[in-house]
Amino acid sequence: MANFDLNDDSLVVIIGSGAGGGTLGNELAQKGIKVVILEAGGRYEKEDFINDEWESFAQLGWRDMRTGSGSWQVATDFPNLPAWIVKAVGGSTTHWAGASLRFKEHEFRTQETYGNITGANLLDWPITLADLEPYYEKAEDKMGVTRTNNIPGLPPNNNFKVMAAGAKRMGYKEVHTGRMAINSEPRDGRGSCLQLGFCFQGCKSGAKWSTLYTEIPKGEDTGNLEVRPNSMAIRIEHDDAGKATGVVYVDGDGNTQRQKARVVCLAGNSIESPRLLLNSASNMFPDGLANSSGEVGRNYMRHVTGSVYAAFEKPVHFYRGTVMAGIIRDESENNPGRGFVGGYELETLSLGVPLMAAFMKPGGWGRTFTSALDQYENLAGMWIVGEDMPQQTNRITLHSTIVDQNEMPVADVHYDDHPNDVMMRNHAYEQGSALYKSVGAVATYPTPPYPSTHNLGTNRMSEKARDGVCNKWGQTHDVSNLFISDGSQFTTGASCNPTLTIVALAIRQADHIADAMSRKDL
Amino acid sequence: MRLVDKRSKYNRRTVLKGMATGAPAAAFAGSMGLSIEDAWADSGKALSPATMKTLAKMARDIYPHDFLSDHFYIVAVMPWDEKAAQDDALKGVIEAGVAQLDSLATTRFKAPYAGVGWEEDRVELLEEIEDSEFFQRIRGDLVVSLYNQKEAWPKFGYEGSSFEHGGYLHRGFDDIDWLPED
Repeated sequence: MANFDLNDDSLVVIIGSGAGGGTLGNELAQKGIKVVILEAGGRYEKEDFINDEWESFAQLGWRDMRTGSGSWQVATDFPNLPAWIVKAVGGSTTHWAGASLRFKEHEFRTQETYGNITGANLLDWPITLADLEPYYEKAEDKMGVTRTNNIPGLPPNNNFKVMAAGAKRMGYKEVHTGRMAINSEPRDGRGSCLQLGFCFQGCKSGAKWSTLYTEIPKGEDTGNLEVRPNSMAIRIEHDDAGKATGVVYVDGDGNTQRQKARVVCLAGNSIESPRLLLNSASNMFPDGLANSSGEVGRNYMRHVTGSVYAAFEKPVHFYRGTVMAGIIRDESENNPGRGFVGGYELETLSLGVPLMAAFMKPGGWGRTFTSALDQYENLAGMWIVGEDMPQQTNRITLHSTIVDQNEMPVADVHYDDHPNDVMMRNHAYEQGSALYKSVGAVATYPTPPYPSTHNLGTNRMSEKARDGVCNKWGQTHDVSNLFISDGSQFTTGASCNPTLTIVALAIRQADHIADAMSRKDL
Repeated sequence: MRLVDKRSKYNRRTVLKGMATGAPAAAFAGSMGLSIEDAWADSGKALSPATMKTLAKMARDIYPHDFLSDHFYIVAVMPWDEKAAQDDALKGVIEAGVAQLDSLATTRFKAPYAGVGWEEDRVELLEEIEDSEFFQRIRGDLVVSLYNQKEAWPKFGYEGSSFEHGGYLHRGFDDIDWLPED
């Protein structure tokens, strides 16, 4: 395993080891480029994962202080937990459910497709589906996505069978057990799914793709990649020419270190990445690094989410098996006749008793609440994932008074639902409830959004420098050797889970960075 | 379909493991099937037996599950005694909160909270203090300390950790047998 010097200024330094950073690090290492990944969290291997919801949250969850503001329900229900993401090697690929969907063609050009939506800061991506297709193919092969590359779909579990039976009665056509980065048969040195039911807690069998036990060890095996856990980046530095020179971070012993760099790639998720840019303000960049547009931290998206749970007369045992066990795609088309633009996916979801109690009706109590939980074993459930409207005022800012253990201002996550988001969520609640009632549900429970897992858009890609933070390669408009490598570069969020697109963009960015370095452009 | 065995399997050992503190452990000796009225609260460090019993009653009224015995509610509120022993301000919040609840109960029902006979009457009192720091702290803690008890999970039909059993691949992940055929 590599061990690079702090003063080595030939390195690519990546901040974050999740879907973006972990993939980019391996791709560059495979090309012979020397890489250091700084990861804020610890390193827990799959043997260390815990089949227990709260214990696992304590192990993997990003629990550093954050604040939420705005009119979204999460700010009220979970005022200091606006997002449910991971602080550990592998990032949120340890926690994700595995759904791996491609954007639709029109989802790269929503300004053109949806037109002028009041209050929405829509913008077309500077790339098209055709640009990304070759990289989607590579990502699907790398991750072993079911229903691609001749990989069979996963077997249907009880929760999916209920949803599929209802979908049939509703007339839905595109219903299946998903395109999942979970092995349905052994592949890439990893076994097939054991239907553990703890996808969110880190897959102990390793059947689910995570950079933790795929990209990262493969990169380390080249001798070109060093991963430094417990290394919290607090500032990106630059020289008088405005080029990034390195990253200041606090190591596991609380000591401040300065890692020099030839190229810096930011992949800390859409809350931490803009936080770090804003915290790197200097005389030359008074509003934060790479922020001449003023767009750093803005256009925060988190998908239109929500859940529908339904109680039946007989047991479902929905916690058995993969959490996202299948999908209905019919509502993901853009069909403005429904009263909103964009679309949404319906995907099964299940929680254990501890998290169900915390999330089903936050703040709820009394017999109304417990009569729902009394039905636990008879519940089926689904999650809504829809495209939310980017809004300039939905944004990550540095808190004016609260700082973390390193004296760095904590992130405030401000979000107001757009009227289009509210219409979409209500439509999905109605469809989900009708679906379950069609197969005999005795009660349905519209459940509000959980803390955000899909955090997107806060360093958006744009054709023109004035409209966004980075260009079509993720390269920031202002600092030529600084790249955005996570979901914060999304111009808009589409209706699907974001990980596959983050991975595809990372593979594409690695090619670009390697070419530019060989041409001495970087 | 493979159903979940919901019969109580807890014994003294699992009770003691499930408790967040060892402080009142002696009170548990040989007293399974505890009810709120029993003497479990007598050896508290900071909170009086009456206060502890009121918290346990309140816990059941906040999250009433008729298939859970008092035991689970007692385990859920037990840690408040230790926390109050280490935090005077917290102790004050709890004692003042219980006193207010008892005072409201006495005015309206001529009995302290724990002595009011019907749940719906006690819930009426809880609704009056729902926005207080006292209620919010008790409820916010309880939603974890009650539902995070492994011994309670089978009663909800939840089986918990599965990896050591090989997951559900051969244990009923797809065994639903009552869905309509069409």
